[in-house]
Amino acid sequence: MTETTTTTEPVYVVDELISKDIDAYLDQHEHKTMLRFITCGSVDDGKSTLIGRLLYDSKMIFEDQLAALESDSKKVGTQGQEIDFALLVDGLAAEREQGITIDVAYRFFNTEKRKFIVADCPGHEQYTRNMVTGASTADLAVILIDARKGVLVQTRRHSYLCHLIGIRNIVLAVNKMDLVDYSQEVFDKIVADYTEFAASIGIESFTAMPISGFKGDNITTLSPNTPWYQAPRYAGITLVDHLETVEVLSSVDADKPFRLPVQWVNRPNLDFRGFSGLIATGSVKPGDAIRVLPSGKTSKVSRIVTLDGDLDEAVAGQSVTVCFEDEIDCSRGSVISTADNPPQSADQFEATFVWMADEAMTPGRAYWFKLGTQMVSATVHEPKYTVNVNTMEHLAAKTLELNAIGVAELVTDKQVVFESYADNRTLGGFILIDKMTNATVAAGMINFSLRRSQNVHWQALDIDRKQHANLKNQKPAVLWFTGLSGSGKSTIANLVEKKLHRMNRHTFLLDGDNVRHGLNKDLGFTEADRIENIRRVGEVAKLMTDAGLIVITAFISPFQADREMVRAMLPEGEFFEVFIDTPLKVAEARDVKGLYKKARSGQLKNFTGIDSPYEAPRNPEVRIDTTTMSPEEAATLIVDTLLGDI
Amino acid sequence: MSPLYGQGKDTKNGEVMTTLTHLERLEAESIHIIREVVAEAEKPVMLYSVGKDSAVMLHLARKAFYPSPPPFPLLHVDTTWKFRAMYELRDRMAEESGMDLLVYHNPEAMEKGINPFDHGPLHTDMWKTEGLKQALDKYGFDAAFGGARRDEEKSRAKERIFSFRTSSHGWDPKNQRPELWNLYNARKNKGESIRVFPISNWTELDVWQYIHLNDIPIVPLYFAEERPTVERDGMLLMVDDDRFPLEPGEVPLMRSVRFRTLGCYPLTGAVESEAKTLPEVIQETLLTTTSERQGRAIDKDAGGAGMEVKKQQGYF
Repeated sequence: MTETTTTTEPVYVVDELISKDIDAYLDQHEHKTMLRFITCGSVDDGKSTLIGRLLYDSKMIFEDQLAALESDSKKVGTQGQEIDFALLVDGLAAEREQGITIDVAYRFFNTEKRKFIVADCPGHEQYTRNMVTGASTADLAVILIDARKGVLVQTRRHSYLCHLIGIRNIVLAVNKMDLVDYSQEVFDKIVADYTEFAASIGIESFTAMPISGFKGDNITTLSPNTPWYQAPRYAGITLVDHLETVEVLSSVDADKPFRLPVQWVNRPNLDFRGFSGLIATGSVKPGDAIRVLPSGKTSKVSRIVTLDGDLDEAVAGQSVTVCFEDEIDCSRGSVISTADNPPQSADQFEATFVWMADEAMTPGRAYWFKLGTQMVSATVHEPKYTVNVNTMEHLAAKTLELNAIGVAELVTDKQVVFESYADNRTLGGFILIDKMTNATVAAGMINFSLRRSQNVHWQALDIDRKQHANLKNQKPAVLWFTGLSGSGKSTIANLVEKKLHRMNRHTFLLDGDNVRHGLNKDLGFTEADRIENIRRVGEVAKLMTDAGLIVITAFISPFQADREMVRAMLPEGEFFEVFIDTPLKVAEARDVKGLYKKARSGQLKNFTGIDSPYEAPRNPEVRIDTTTMSPEEAATLIVDTLLGDI
Repeated sequence: MSPLYGQGKDTKNGEVMTTLTHLERLEAESIHIIREVVAEAEKPVMLYSVGKDSAVMLHLARKAFYPSPPPFPLLHVDTTWKFRAMYELRDRMAEESGMDLLVYHNPEAMEKGINPFDHGPLHTDMWKTEGLKQALDKYGFDAAFGGARRDEEKSRAKERIFSFRTSSHGWDPKNQRPELWNLYNARKNKGESIRVFPISNWTELDVWQYIHLNDIPIVPLYFAEERPTVERDGMLLMVDDDRFPLEPGEVPLMRSVRFRTLGCYPLTGAVESEAKTLPEVIQETLLTTTSERQGRAIDKDAGGAGMEVKKQQGYF
């Protein structure tokens, strides 16, 4: 250490134990528990300084790092000749240059009692998604306030986000107390302001502490500078003492009913069948009665298998492999639960979303929905409202933009085993994945399932789709034409239907323009309306295939995700994507309906190919190049493909 | 670790209660990650460098799938310049685990006889960085497990557990997917591959302690022993075979040394030590005054941002 470092000595005695009795030290380390926490605040609040201080005081900084830190502090530091702890934790090169923290960085340190993982999160509003990410695994949040500034808009935002993601342990760290002469009055005023705000958003309790990350006050030892900071009026403990003793999430989860989402089925030979996963909540013992969801089948646990031998009990937070007494269906996506208190299944939910992608949410579009080990397709309705994260006001909205938080309904294409996020983070938290880019676009938390999904059941019909098809002596199918306006979809579709009709096939042609005169006359041409247009046509086509028909559709249907949505509605092998591939300049030159001219002159908005994109099919069942093929040849190829295939 | 789980000690309202220890939670997290990859990737592989981190990662994989062997091969991107003791342990562990071992040598580096004595940084670049890319492309692996930890280096502290690489194996730190709860999005675009770091949240001490508790075999070079060494540029290098070019009159001295990290023997500095047991090694590690990667030259290449630049170019 040099003269420029501050005077608060670390209080840890671990060093002595390491050199005197390494076995005792290892024994102590072996029994440490783990706490994950996040620190929220902006650069100005001294967040990085606080983390640097924690690493420093717990001796997690090696001498070579300290030497680099000292020289960096003099070169680029913001603390004059003193050590700039913030330099220890600001990682990426761009961040060092700009002097800001952009991404979530994870740091590690130990004390005698616990190992800590700190998620260092950026504070600005444009990094809301990063903060939510860091908060999602945290047991506790340290919310930093600059004692000179008091409760700010960002304090409210950070507190709201931590509360939203379900962090129950909140520490209000009033930092930079050294710059307000360790004033009790200043501290009291801030705590009073925060108490009022916290109650208004539903935070029931928090722990407030006067600290200085820079000087080290009340970090590891109670500071002589704040003699007034004593129980019972105040918490009266240091930050590290608090972090060492607060209850961790996995202990809370262990007291809930048993839930194990199945990741993988272990089947090395015919004599062994085990189900592997991380226990989300509760505990399990051999002999326990279990139920597998969504099938609802029951059995008993026969073994809990690990490489080190069978276990007598396993609890929340452990990765295990369990075996059953009976051979019952169970695979990835299933949830193993205690038999008498299973979670529910549903396919419609109200959820709170945090939007994480640059591209805004598109209501009606199909996204991948991943919850635990379940992956299904889902569409999100228009939001009921978004939340202004600075004022907590509810605002009306048509969509969710990057970093927006809002509440909306969600519909999945299959039943999902779930619990509300408040009851179970694992079975209530989910992500949405864009089907085109595969990016994670949103995080969501299930509030509750919607009643209608539980009360509307499928009516079993005696005459099923197979019997309808048999009577017509054909296999139903959908020939889904897609292509630019003027590419020749309607012309070729018409020829295809005539050919099939002559061959005694029962067909029906759904044409884009015709459907918009009736079924879909309430829809316009915005992206959301176009998706709804396709969804309805898809549902109608599906009903027609249930009736045994060969359905031909001719719609521009420009988005891959929407065509995939219709494909997913139908049984495997019944959806034929027919790509009428006409280059834009050819279609525009033809301009049969004069629409391109209108679009080019700006009279027509959202026109595909002009100011709205067309996503060409990646792997269509049939591709028709109209620049080399006549309509007649095209129709023949399509019919041959269809009949050759079915 | 004994099957007696839950030996962590916490105090609640003044009473001591037992709960999962930090190592048990880390172990469970890592196993969960490894299983997710196997469930969602098409062709996973585990990069095996024979060091202590690889040893822990391999052990976790065996735990994840027991009684089955891990359902993926081990890949060693070799430089031909590793310590002999590393090759011995590598072959033994592949056999014990029942996994296939793939060893890859960059043919161009082989042909040109690239070596650490004559070619400087090109040695790492061609054998390791290029070799890794070639190997992944050759076999078409879409997910590769690596033993990197977030506590090793600043840019790793911000890297995701599922870290995506472009078709040319580049890393874009500005464009990482958010990773919430323990939900991993393993869906990739055409040409992309994933590097997965199951022990991201482990520290060096955690790794040592886990090896100790589980009796995991590691290369004996981690323990002190009398070894033939010479001093070059302030580094103690071990003369592991007769390819080591000695200066005229230079005679290797027997010194009691051990290694904190293992790589190519002519590039890996030894430390003088008497630590012959794991607790002694851990003791020395904790009391030592230089951080782990200091023994390797790679971080210093481009100022403070050395590793970040390397990773953008495709280094693991």
